[in-house]
Amino acid sequence: MSARLTAREITLRYGDRVVSTRLSLDVPDGAFTAVVGPNACGKSTLLRAFVRLLRPDDGRVELDGREVGGYPSKALAKQLGFLPQDPVSPDDIKVRQLVARGRFPHQSLLTVWSAGEEDAVEEAMDAAGVSGLAGRPVRELSGGQRQRVWIAMVLAQRTPYLLLDEPTSFLDITHQYQLLALLARLRDQGRTVVAVLHDINQACRFADHLVAMRDGRVVAEGKPADIVDAALMKDVFDLPSVIVPDPVTGTPMVVPTLQGE
Amino acid sequence: MTVADRVAEVTRGGRETPRVALLLGGLVLLAVTAVLSVGVGAHAVPPTEVVRALFDPRGTDDHVIVRDVRLPRALLAVAVGAALAAAGALIQTLARNPLAEPGVLGVTAGAGFAVTVGSALGLAGAQTGQLVFAVAGSVLAALLVMAVGRRSPLRLVLTGVALTAVLNGIALGLRLMLPDTFDAYRFWSVGTLAGREQAPLAVPLTAIVLSLAGALLLSRPLNALALGESVAQTLGAGVARTRTAALVLITVLSGAATAVAGPILFVGLIVPHLVRRIAAGSVPWLLLYSMVLGPVLLLAADIGSRVLLPTGEVPVAIVTAFLGGPALIWAVRRYGAGSL
Repeated sequence: MSARLTAREITLRYGDRVVSTRLSLDVPDGAFTAVVGPNACGKSTLLRAFVRLLRPDDGRVELDGREVGGYPSKALAKQLGFLPQDPVSPDDIKVRQLVARGRFPHQSLLTVWSAGEEDAVEEAMDAAGVSGLAGRPVRELSGGQRQRVWIAMVLAQRTPYLLLDEPTSFLDITHQYQLLALLARLRDQGRTVVAVLHDINQACRFADHLVAMRDGRVVAEGKPADIVDAALMKDVFDLPSVIVPDPVTGTPMVVPTLQGE
Repeated sequence: MTVADRVAEVTRGGRETPRVALLLGGLVLLAVTAVLSVGVGAHAVPPTEVVRALFDPRGTDDHVIVRDVRLPRALLAVAVGAALAAAGALIQTLARNPLAEPGVLGVTAGAGFAVTVGSALGLAGAQTGQLVFAVAGSVLAALLVMAVGRRSPLRLVLTGVALTAVLNGIALGLRLMLPDTFDAYRFWSVGTLAGREQAPLAVPLTAIVLSLAGALLLSRPLNALALGESVAQTLGAGVARTRTAALVLITVLSGAATAVAGPILFVGLIVPHLVRRIAAGSVPWLLLYSMVLGPVLLLAADIGSRVLLPTGEVPVAIVTAFLGGPALIWAVRRYGAGSL
């Protein structure tokens, strides 16, 4: 398993609060990696460190052996695409215009909008399944549609990496599965996908590589079928559970044993 | 290929024809207003003579009025209108608040404060003196606000409001104690173009033109910044750099405009507000439309300032407010208040 993107012994901190100490993680190339863990376990923080939104106090985040902090901004933006939890849609913006902004790292100050740029935008909208919405104002869309539009924006960046912070939050269950299926398709097309996910069963079903975190540490990582068991659920989530095979995919499915009184 | 086609292709793959047509319409409107502005006044000059004065000057009274007074004044109105509207578009984009206007950076209060102090010291009597003090005051105030509030748009606005209150308070106290200072300040503070075209304007006008060009160059990073800081950063747009550059441009634009014409900042609030629907979330288009409509509004207000009273002139800032106020109410009622 090769990994171009790695964290080596990084210490992450927000103000005075140390989130992770000497954390190391390899992101397997071409795989779908899901990061799971309880709230405030440092999974979003880790993702932000990978895309250089947070600089480690200590240690290095490296892409191809070079510290990400050493890349010029646009060069890094051509490698790592990132979707935060709270992107802002400008008032009145239409889908196509929003997606087009993903072309920023490929443009210089005076670049003229060209057919090549247009192709990249069409392709991204097509891949995310939002071509039919191209002329619609973003604010009129449903949550699921809007999330796909944002993914199209990141796809227009044409990066080999796609890092998403809780992309399924605020979506209803159908849209959650559709979105995860879309991420899996993008993985099949050769991209490396890293997503922070809340639902462990969804993570087990869609991810090739599962990273379970707690208190800023990686508790376990590997293929979901290899690492998910009742002990792990207890360690990571304090949740008593039994693990059964998912009736559809055969991947591990966590069934909590807690019941109402 | 027509010019419109070319512009459309350059801006967005030929899908922007309505926006390009509107921009060209705005330019036509600007040309018409400009010609009217040069012709109308205490001594009316027919449009044919205006054109002749421009291209074939004969030294007649009409031609001298047009070339030495009306034309510089119209150019001043165009520059000031474009500068204020563009500064307003930039600050509204940066603060993500359609109610923001360039004054929130403390620029107006700084200029007013400096002119008051200059007059009190007897140094800002002539137009040149006032100009120097106004520029210095607005730049210093903006620098102070930026130094304290640069980290977030909210802090920036709060700092600007606080500094504005302090500077206005001190300046008001000075003016109450020193009647001569009050008279000198009053003349500056009405916000007018009358007589201002005779001041040394080369430096402020050059600053305005360069800053307008700079604003257009900055519009793509600003487009990225409008998607939120995280997205802008991971798109490679350099959030801190973009924000600082925008603040510098806002300061220069509104500082120069305020220095030459006094406080007419209402233009900076209303024009971007009127054009934001057509711009539809695009910073480059918002800036372009603002740069065209700002001069139109100020030229129209300046014409009004000359013809409303049988004798003398109404300061253009007052006419601007009369024209702009109802337009703003109409826009809010017609389209809603956006993200207000």
